[in-house]
Amino acid sequence: MLTAQGLACLRGDRLLFKNINFELEAGGLLYVLGENGSGKSSLLRLLCGLLMPEVGTVFWCGKKIRQDAENYLSDLTYLGHLNGLKDDLTAQENLQISAHLAGNPVSEEGAQTALAAIGIARCANLPVRVLSQGQKRRVALATLWLSKSKLWILDEPFAALDAASVEVLASRLGEHMANGGMTIITTHQDVAINAQSTQTLRLSA
Amino acid sequence: MNNAWLTVLRRDLLLALRRRSDVATTLFFFLIVSSLFPLGIGPEPAVLSSIAPGVLWVAALLAGMISLTRLFSADFADGSLEQMLLAPQPLALLVTAKILAHWLVCGLPVVLLAPLIGLQYALPNEALLILVVSLLLGTPALSLIGAIGAALTLGVRGSGLLVALLVLPLYIPVLIFGAGAVAASQHGMSAEAHLSLLAACSLLALVLAPLATAAALRVSVE
Repeated sequence: MLTAQGLACLRGDRLLFKNINFELEAGGLLYVLGENGSGKSSLLRLLCGLLMPEVGTVFWCGKKIRQDAENYLSDLTYLGHLNGLKDDLTAQENLQISAHLAGNPVSEEGAQTALAAIGIARCANLPVRVLSQGQKRRVALATLWLSKSKLWILDEPFAALDAASVEVLASRLGEHMANGGMTIITTHQDVAINAQSTQTLRLSA
Repeated sequence: MNNAWLTVLRRDLLLALRRRSDVATTLFFFLIVSSLFPLGIGPEPAVLSSIAPGVLWVAALLAGMISLTRLFSADFADGSLEQMLLAPQPLALLVTAKILAHWLVCGLPVVLLAPLIGLQYALPNEALLILVVSLLLGTPALSLIGAIGAALTLGVRGSGLLVALLVLPLYIPVLIFGAGAVAASQHGMSAEAHLSLLAACSLLALVLAPLATAAALRVSVE
């Protein structure tokens, strides 16, 4: 479904990677591994279309992602290392806004349920400004309980999470893949995630 | 589609409400700059009313500009701009919602405050009315054109000054027609031609600026 052909990425005058090829089918999980600075985040941004590849193309269901952007973007949930939360809004407001933007509006109760799923229901009405780093990350990740997209691209989703939350998230990812979803993640942690097929892509610096 | 547009508009207005100090800065800037001139120049009604159109329009223009750098920079820093880029709706559409919110928060209050300031300059009632109408027609163009500058300078060091250098020259037509409308009515002429041109500037900006801003944002986020 998601196909990358001969991707290369140039940042400044440094070649981060070249000749990246893979094919991700429904129910598939792709780990992107590599040292710091090896271009993992750039690869994910490139797959989202936030970054233009130097050479190569990304296809979604056989169509170039830039040409069929509207379809691709409604099938995509991306979480970068920035949480995309507004400090002055409450966790629940943030979650509702991002759900609206993604095209599937959610009620207050829906947002509360998603926050409860990742164990921060009691922070729902606090401004995000007062939350800890890990709690902010969890608010951002709560989107995954609302997301109806097929493809999830997650940059270090396990960073800053406590052990219990890591497990909750891993089981949510497993559920997504069991429903025929696809996930691409970068991580430095050893977390077991169930998937119908697992691939690993190693970037060398 | 409209749903996402409304969401962005409501979000930005809510944020402005939670951070009222930002709005107050713009208004106080306008108030103080435009009050300094009568203090510096002296209380001659004839002199004051002849410089009023230009001074008030320049003050409104600068007031709108100081808030421009904030238009996208906060969203860029916390990652919500990325999420907006990845929303299935056209980015140019979402950008118009952000610009409208900026105008409602920074432009409209200036328009409403202008007649009060105009009194300090001994402007006759007729000219006060034209001042308000000209600002109402012209300030949207300022927000729209300013958004392009704000998007281009995103993530650049010293972006505040750079925005001014980029955007102020583009404001010149708006300034000429806006101040011209008020001056025309002071001299007993019809301001209609100036106001029509001002409205044309805003309409043209409404068509082109969101597209240019969206393109600039994509480049800046890369």
